[in-house]
Amino acid sequence: MINKIVQSMADAMAGIKDGSTVLLAGFGSVGQPNALIDGLIEQGAKDLVVAANNAGAGHVGLARLMELGRVRKIICSFPRSSDPVVFETLYRAGKIELEIVPQGTLAERIRAAGAGVPAFFTATGVGTKMAVGKEHREINGRTYILEDALKGDVGLVEAWEADRWGNLTYKLAGRNFNPICAMASDLAIVQTQHIRELGEIHPDNIHTPGIFVDRVLHVPYGDPGGF
Amino acid sequence: MSATLSDFKPFSRVQMAQRAASDIPEGWYVNLGIGIPTAIADHVPMEREVIFHSENGVLGMGPAPTKEDIEPWLINAGKQYVTLRPGGSICHHADSFAMIRGGHLDLCVLGAFQVADNGDIANWATSENDTAPAVGGAMDLAAGAKRLWVLMEHTTKDGQAKLVKTCSYPLTAQACVKRVYTNLATIDVTERGFVVLGMAPGLTLENLQARTDAKLHLPG
Repeated sequence: MINKIVQSMADAMAGIKDGSTVLLAGFGSVGQPNALIDGLIEQGAKDLVVAANNAGAGHVGLARLMELGRVRKIICSFPRSSDPVVFETLYRAGKIELEIVPQGTLAERIRAAGAGVPAFFTATGVGTKMAVGKEHREINGRTYILEDALKGDVGLVEAWEADRWGNLTYKLAGRNFNPICAMASDLAIVQTQHIRELGEIHPDNIHTPGIFVDRVLHVPYGDPGGF
Repeated sequence: MSATLSDFKPFSRVQMAQRAASDIPEGWYVNLGIGIPTAIADHVPMEREVIFHSENGVLGMGPAPTKEDIEPWLINAGKQYVTLRPGGSICHHADSFAMIRGGHLDLCVLGAFQVADNGDIANWATSENDTAPAVGGAMDLAAGAKRLWVLMEHTTKDGQAKLVKTCSYPLTAQACVKRVYTNLATIDVTERGFVVLGMAPGLTLENLQARTDAKLHLPG
């Protein structure tokens, strides 16, 4: 019997190695797997490369992971937030690498990794600092730059519902980067608000089929708070 | 140039948003950037069906919710609570940016630091050494939408022109701005350069030119 549901945070985090690339879903605080980030803090892996839309706020979650010196590099589109003090302090001190990526290029790099596409051409960033050092090609009269896929060793995902096969649904804007982070990661770890029986989620309503998911942890915390 | 603010009446931010809103026809799919452009939605009447998109996978946004009606799982790219109109939908981030990058949006309206008369836009960083610059979705929107409009003040607070021959700040995208709404004028970006469609009451072309770094043309 397939059962991807794990009973403890330690089981969810087991085996994450130093030096891993972690795809962290979420946008604002909606659909962000905060419990799993806390689990990763507890688990202890270091020298991490973290890809996320933002670079953390306050002193919790991703910001805490960075503050503990566990993140070597952050790949994101928008390192500012309501309180980006941890990231900015580390960045100014030269203690963290930053790779800025346009948000759509970030999403497509992750999606491409999940789809087995190693690189793709895009018009986004042509003629800007983002294009420096990248392969350019003219296709049908327009110039494009080549962007690499972004694969995760680990993906941290928040779902609304999950079953033991790892089929997932998301709630409203909580979907954001979650489906693509699941599909692009070798080890996709999910925290879910609700556990459903197999077959209880209608096949038409499954947003992420379980093939993309490895572990599911039940974390019924309720609604997201501030940003 | 001796014209002072007392010689003419600049458009207010509400008027700027109203002018842009009045030029958006029914049926367009539209993304509004964070800041002044967001206010454009307030001036499109509900009976004119314009579909508003947000980068985080929200399509068909309605008016802002009242405090009692806040849905904590429904935010826009500016991290503000929003509503969905009947017919609204949710997708994931890669599909949301496929709408942008695949040329499916009829219009994007962004703020900007500078716009050049060839349509170049600079709106994400103010110097080459900006610490930790944040680009978000601006480059995708500028390069991907069918048309890009800019809503911004005509000059900086200390009077520097923002409509320029060449952007001095890092570019967001090349040759893509089609129209600029400022507190002083509405200006199309054409093959001839900047073409003035309208000006604030009492303003002369000469006075507008004095506040603009690139040559202004009249239609025709």
